[in-house]
Amino acid sequence: MSTHSHAEGHLPHEPEKATLEGRNKVLGFWLFLGGETVLFGTLFSAFLALRHQVLDGPQPNELFKLSLVAAATAILLTSSLTSVFAIQALHNHNVKALINWLIVTVVLGLGFLGLEIYEFYHYVHEGHGFTTSAFSSSFYTLVGFHGAHVAFGIFWISSIIGQLMKKGLTVVTAPKVYVAGMYWHFIDVVWVFIFTVVYLMGKVV
Amino acid sequence: MDWLTTVDHKKIGILYLIAGGFFFLVGGLEALLIRIQLWKPLNDFVSADTYNELITMHGTTMIFLAAMPMLFALMNAVVPLQIGARDVAFPFVNALGFWTFFFGAVLLNVSWFTSTGAPAAGWTAYAPLSGPAFSTGHGMDYYVLGLQIAGIGTLIGGINFLVTIINMRAPGMTFMRMPMFTWASFITSALILFAFPALAVGLAALMFDRVFDANFFDPNNGGNAVLWEHIFWIFGHPEVYILILPAFGVISEVISTFSRKRLFGYSSMVFATILIGFLGFMVWAHHMFTTGLGPVANALFSIATMLIAVPTGIKIFNWIFTMWGGSIKFTSANLYAVGFIPTFVMGGVTGVMLAAAPADFQYHDTYFVVAHFHYVIVGGLILGIFSGLHYWWPKMFGRVLNETLGKWTFWMFYIGFHLTFFIQHFLGLLGMPRRIWTYLDGLGFNEMNLISTIGAIMMGIGTIMFFLNVVITNAKPQNAADDPWEDGRTLEWTIPSPPPEYNFKQTPLVRGYDAYWKEKMDGHKGMTPAEPIGSIHMPSPSILPFTMSLGLFITGFGLMYSRDWTFITEHIGFYVAGLGLLITFGSMFLRSVYDDHGFHIEPEELEDKGVKA
Repeated sequence: MSTHSHAEGHLPHEPEKATLEGRNKVLGFWLFLGGETVLFGTLFSAFLALRHQVLDGPQPNELFKLSLVAAATAILLTSSLTSVFAIQALHNHNVKALINWLIVTVVLGLGFLGLEIYEFYHYVHEGHGFTTSAFSSSFYTLVGFHGAHVAFGIFWISSIIGQLMKKGLTVVTAPKVYVAGMYWHFIDVVWVFIFTVVYLMGKVV
Repeated sequence: MDWLTTVDHKKIGILYLIAGGFFFLVGGLEALLIRIQLWKPLNDFVSADTYNELITMHGTTMIFLAAMPMLFALMNAVVPLQIGARDVAFPFVNALGFWTFFFGAVLLNVSWFTSTGAPAAGWTAYAPLSGPAFSTGHGMDYYVLGLQIAGIGTLIGGINFLVTIINMRAPGMTFMRMPMFTWASFITSALILFAFPALAVGLAALMFDRVFDANFFDPNNGGNAVLWEHIFWIFGHPEVYILILPAFGVISEVISTFSRKRLFGYSSMVFATILIGFLGFMVWAHHMFTTGLGPVANALFSIATMLIAVPTGIKIFNWIFTMWGGSIKFTSANLYAVGFIPTFVMGGVTGVMLAAAPADFQYHDTYFVVAHFHYVIVGGLILGIFSGLHYWWPKMFGRVLNETLGKWTFWMFYIGFHLTFFIQHFLGLLGMPRRIWTYLDGLGFNEMNLISTIGAIMMGIGTIMFFLNVVITNAKPQNAADDPWEDGRTLEWTIPSPPPEYNFKQTPLVRGYDAYWKEKMDGHKGMTPAEPIGSIHMPSPSILPFTMSLGLFITGFGLMYSRDWTFITEHIGFYVAGLGLLITFGSMFLRSVYDDHGFHIEPEELEDKGVKA
């Protein structure tokens, strides 16, 4: 089935969907993202139910610094774009460009994560710890789950970069790249909701 | 060792069956202890605390550790065969799903042997009762972490079946030609996909409350206890349909086969199944009528709940019409299937009664509710599982279960079941509350409780008879025919019993609904192959699913005792948890870096008979 087309020159246009295994992976990952949507949906619901329970801790509009969050948002959204460039390189069978764009994506992801860690550190000094109030618990859980997803994505894509360097682009590695790209977009979309529901709404009310 | 590394869906099915069967015995034992405690007023057979542990563990074990895995056993054993596939979409993930379930289940049951005992806040773990203030000790930690780990296994199992059914059907097997059991498994898997992540969040939040002093469900710190109920039931109600839909699928197959008739109203059956799955998500708050949601919410959820009776009624009538005019054979499998129908109808009728919000204020937290859900779950799901086990046993193990003993088992279990639970409706109407460890004399509860206990013992004897049957059958040689019932309709009956590792030597060409039956009616001996005989690619076995799950087990254990273990340094539990995560992520890393090339079975090796079971 797949053994004869491993050489790079003979890759089909969409190598991620060339084998049954690849198609299974892509479909399975779409479904997995459906489950992740429920996961984040539940986290958002919990946050929305508890976000006014600040007790003695700071109010969201005293706490949040939108300039910092806006910078983080810009970085993460850009990384989504660079991951699109990576997938384009995949479809052009340009391994070098693919690896480079993935590296850019990972670096941007690290930048986002750094800002988030700084942000959390800052909030804790403002008296907004994990155990301060129901608001703080649900805030750190929701945003922290997202941050953990970003961190996992960074490890994952890095390991894929390593595999691409060693094995090149094949019908085995292509679905992995494609699926990781889907994951990265998903993380971005979730962040857009967090930016709106947590930070913007927190500033308004 | 072979069993620790296997990725073959048929063997994983057998693993699920063994583990699920074991926990069915454990849960049954817990049930018997509960019934012995209640057989007379003011009994002191177990203490009140032990009683709370027993009801919590009975519910949790039966739902998560017995019923679900036994369904997964049937789904694993049958679904790939019914759609003409060589394996599931992700054999490795399939093994991982089993092992995470298994280690989660073991973690949960370890709690019995700890000094603080098993969880005791009820299987619904209502906050704040399940929170750190009221559930001191580690019982609820075991509940939270054990279920979390087991839940991962269920979720990935569900995704696996979805992809398998969408992508790997044999040529000609359109969606509207799929056997009903496969359809039911498909919808169930979709429900799993959308229900279990909600439970995962709920359990994580509760874990944060308990281990890291978060404030999700503690009203004193701004938390909201009703939030737990919402999260739990948005998972918990679909879970009921996750359990019952595969049983519906089994009943459809068995009744059709042993009536020697095509399933009546196949397409309406499919749409009824989809509709039930959809409505299952819309009705969670009917568990919360007395919580104080207000009349509007109660009315809406009440109506939505009653709506489910419509597609369910369609299914019931279709089964009856399938039997109508058929040449019915009352094999053990069919006895369970036919017995299922009136029992499930009774459970459904009390369900509609409970769905009427004003009436529910009367029934709430009485034995009427207990009777209702046992009619649905035991009288529906467990009868369905028994039916399916008798029906597919020859396919799974190459041996037909003893029919005489099977029929005796059925009658023992069936009579015992009705004896146990029918009378509990009246206990509930008389006002006996559930979850209490004993009751006073002179309330009119005595005789009915005694009868109920006798029924439970009969069910216990029935279960033992089934296991006896398994042992006796296991001593026989593997000599089941490919199509032992002689009226097999679907693809699994076209291949040897038990099937070879690769299932189908040649992928079959499906020419209609009830693919095998159609070929028989057209006078053909077997299926027309859709491909020439060639070498077959198989995935290689792997120990990694086992080590990944073991890592999670260690992590859960460490997290729980993060504050207790201080013998070398503080927070030693966190180091243990970290070690566990390291094992899990290390295994994941190995899996992703080393490609599994699998192996090939060449055409000349294809003649030998099936896997050893």
